[in-house]
Amino acid sequence: MSGMIEKLLIVGIVLGGALFIASGLIWLERRLLGLWQDRYGPNRVGPFGTFQVVADMIKVFTKEDWVPPFADKAVFVIAPAVIVATILMPFAVIPFAPALQVIDLNVGLLFFLAMSALGVYSVTLAGWSSASKYSLLGGLRAAAQMLSYEVFMGLSLVGVVLLSGSFSLGRIVEAQQGLWFCIPQFFGLVVFVIAGVAETHRLPFDLPEAESELVAGFHSEYSGMKFGMFFVGEYLGVTLISAMITTLFFGGWMGPFLPPAVWFLIKTFFFICFFILLRASLPRPRYDQLMALGWKVMLPLSLMNIVITGGILLARG
Amino acid sequence: MRVAETNIADELKKVFAGGVIACQQTVDRVPTVWVDPERAADVLRYLRSGIESPYSLLFDLTAVDERIRKYRGGQPDADFTVVYHLMSLGRNEDIRIKTGLKGDYPSTHSVTGIWPNADWYEREAWDMFGITFEGHPHLRRILMPPTWEGHPLRKEHPARATEIGPFRLPAAREEEEQKALRFRPEEWGMKRHGEDTDFMFLNLGPQHPGTHGLLRIILELDGEEIVDSVLDIGYHHRGAEKMAERQSWHTFIPYTDRIDYLGGVLNNMPYVLAVEQLAGIEVPEKAQVIRVMMCELFRIASHLVWYGTFAQDVGALSPVFYMFTDREKVFQIVEAVSGGRMHPSWFRIGGVAHDLPVGWDRLVGEFLDYLPPRLDEYDGMVMKNSILRARTKGIGSYTLQEAVDWGVTGPGLRACGLEWDFRKKRPYSGYELFEFDVPTAVHGDCYDRALVRVEEMRQSLRIIGQCLKNMPEGPYKSDHPLATPPRKERTMHDIETLITHFLNVSWGPVIPAGESSFAIEAAKGCNGYYLIGDGGTTSYRTRIRTPSFTHLQMVPHISRGLMIADLMAILGSIDFVLADVDR
Repeated sequence: MSGMIEKLLIVGIVLGGALFIASGLIWLERRLLGLWQDRYGPNRVGPFGTFQVVADMIKVFTKEDWVPPFADKAVFVIAPAVIVATILMPFAVIPFAPALQVIDLNVGLLFFLAMSALGVYSVTLAGWSSASKYSLLGGLRAAAQMLSYEVFMGLSLVGVVLLSGSFSLGRIVEAQQGLWFCIPQFFGLVVFVIAGVAETHRLPFDLPEAESELVAGFHSEYSGMKFGMFFVGEYLGVTLISAMITTLFFGGWMGPFLPPAVWFLIKTFFFICFFILLRASLPRPRYDQLMALGWKVMLPLSLMNIVITGGILLARG
Repeated sequence: MRVAETNIADELKKVFAGGVIACQQTVDRVPTVWVDPERAADVLRYLRSGIESPYSLLFDLTAVDERIRKYRGGQPDADFTVVYHLMSLGRNEDIRIKTGLKGDYPSTHSVTGIWPNADWYEREAWDMFGITFEGHPHLRRILMPPTWEGHPLRKEHPARATEIGPFRLPAAREEEEQKALRFRPEEWGMKRHGEDTDFMFLNLGPQHPGTHGLLRIILELDGEEIVDSVLDIGYHHRGAEKMAERQSWHTFIPYTDRIDYLGGVLNNMPYVLAVEQLAGIEVPEKAQVIRVMMCELFRIASHLVWYGTFAQDVGALSPVFYMFTDREKVFQIVEAVSGGRMHPSWFRIGGVAHDLPVGWDRLVGEFLDYLPPRLDEYDGMVMKNSILRARTKGIGSYTLQEAVDWGVTGPGLRACGLEWDFRKKRPYSGYELFEFDVPTAVHGDCYDRALVRVEEMRQSLRIIGQCLKNMPEGPYKSDHPLATPPRKERTMHDIETLITHFLNVSWGPVIPAGESSFAIEAAKGCNGYYLIGDGGTTSYRTRIRTPSFTHLQMVPHISRGLMIADLMAILGSIDFVLADVDR
């Protein structure tokens, strides 16, 4: 019975923590962008503007929940829920600390890949059901982009699995005891980070939204809380990918002196800030250029990584 | 304008015996030839391709409603005149061809077959005057709404809202207006289906973050590839040319500021120069140098806005914030000098509004130290960024020949490799005294257009530096009686100057009758004013030739076969302002 309560407690902590961080990111991103763009960002509501998140939430919750008359209503409503659900699920398999993990699946890594692949549905369905040309173009771009980057994301992790000999995320972290995988799996890391940016469709790979071309693309027609779901979904995605980078390549919760969960948070926040810095500094490639990069550079790179890693492991016996 | 050295008018008389009706003397000394409407197209074709170093650039095409003009100075009889203003880059000369048309709703032949950019000009002339151009492929309204009744620049058309009764938009009419705006591909000769695909028609704008204002582009798409496009402009039309016929010569100056609303006093410049030419006013040396300095400051301000938004169109979020910060520094100087910021309306007929304030040199000096390192930083951040290069190199390119065909001037022309700058080729306001280079590029694509503008900012800084070092002493406004407003200090001494002052301030100056045009190198290309005075306190006809109008017209031509994302890069690289397009 006490085990049950403990589990529920962990679920609560992980779920609450993920949502808290994701909503906090709204503030963090705007402040960091402000810092890097020589302006202030939100600094009026509460200390350092931190209550801006609350103000935003009140706004989003009280806005008219409007469904365009020409939209496919059922799908239009389901689409934003799908993205939040599919991104929240993988948090269950991430080991935040040795004891702080909802469930250590022996196929945890596959579970993560499967869930993030399902996320494509959300964006594509949103674009399709909106029955708007901009949304449709955004949805199509999203489908093509996320499907192809899904491939490299999976392939880039094969090296990690080869080295640790397991799909369990807990085991993968433990396997990095002596050396973090960011060194032996450097190319895997590079491909994973790029694929991760594409998966969360953040700038420079925000083509499904492409504000200056498609006017928010797949979520053009969304407003109120449904838009809020996409919004939070994006930040959840950033948190998830950052947490996965930490887990898979940077030793997860491992680190000296400080408690494991703190180490995990520090590392994750570092990558979150990196994501935001990318947005502040890079222009957006064209759709076909993004595809060319994927299939002509990333695919060979990740395949090469597998061959070399496998070869070295074989040679070592 | 430059004086013609070879007498082209005589040559035309020889070749087209009987076709040439008369030669007119104008104040700007541009050879002005009246041609029989039936032969006009032949004459124009001859000038375009029949002679050595031809007049290959259709600089402007417009019309004049002559019906109530008093001082016609022996010009042939006409109710409406169509004016073709041609430019020869080889000769560095202009020629103006006029055809006089009779009747209330006359017609003439279209020259769209000779110059592709005549398309929009003729549509505009039809829209504004009701002149039909036979043979024009799509002769329909361009600036006014499709449901508009009447042709605004005709003299009988009311100019004020109070003259046409209150505006009402009942539901039925709203529906009708919206219906009129619906796009029908067949009307533009477009197909709905390809060989094995259905095309999608995407309405980009009038509200769209990539169009920088109210511009509607209808794209015919095959997937994301642009098959063809139609531009719908006129959402920003405020009737500036009509207003000029009501405002006094002096009070029209603030309206010019708002034509290219990023250019500030750069817009005042061609207008006051044209008026001064008409009135025969010599501008004192100091006023000239002040004007040059302010113009170059505004060129930098305009280019900075372009720089930031161009980067943003390609997807870079941050540069626009840095560049607006820099632009603020320019505005601090403008504010200290003129009291205004974006639209200081600071030039006056005969000079400028005030003398420079004490301490202006410190402000300008600080800015000259401030900007160059920032520009260098932006080079690394924007121009050397590999994603931006991939997005803009080889995109939206045109050759020098195409540029001339479409009437491109300014950075867009220089990006094709031709070193053509009005400040060098036809110096005005003392530009011949300054040392600066004219940056050019080779490929005429989006990247090269950007490159030219970035370098232009550095050259503008050089010019400002020379203004700072060599600011002459003396009056800031001419003593000419038509300079407006006249210098106050003299009015208290004798009754004559007091009366002149009173009249010039209350009614506005009476500028002598005549025709005058002036073109300058504005931030976006060549901005020109063609003024017809009829001996009154207002102009009889003011024609504003803006660069954005011609440049924007070229977009469908250079975006065919590219993708939507490329279109955004092209729009960004053209650097147009919708207010400058629609006027």
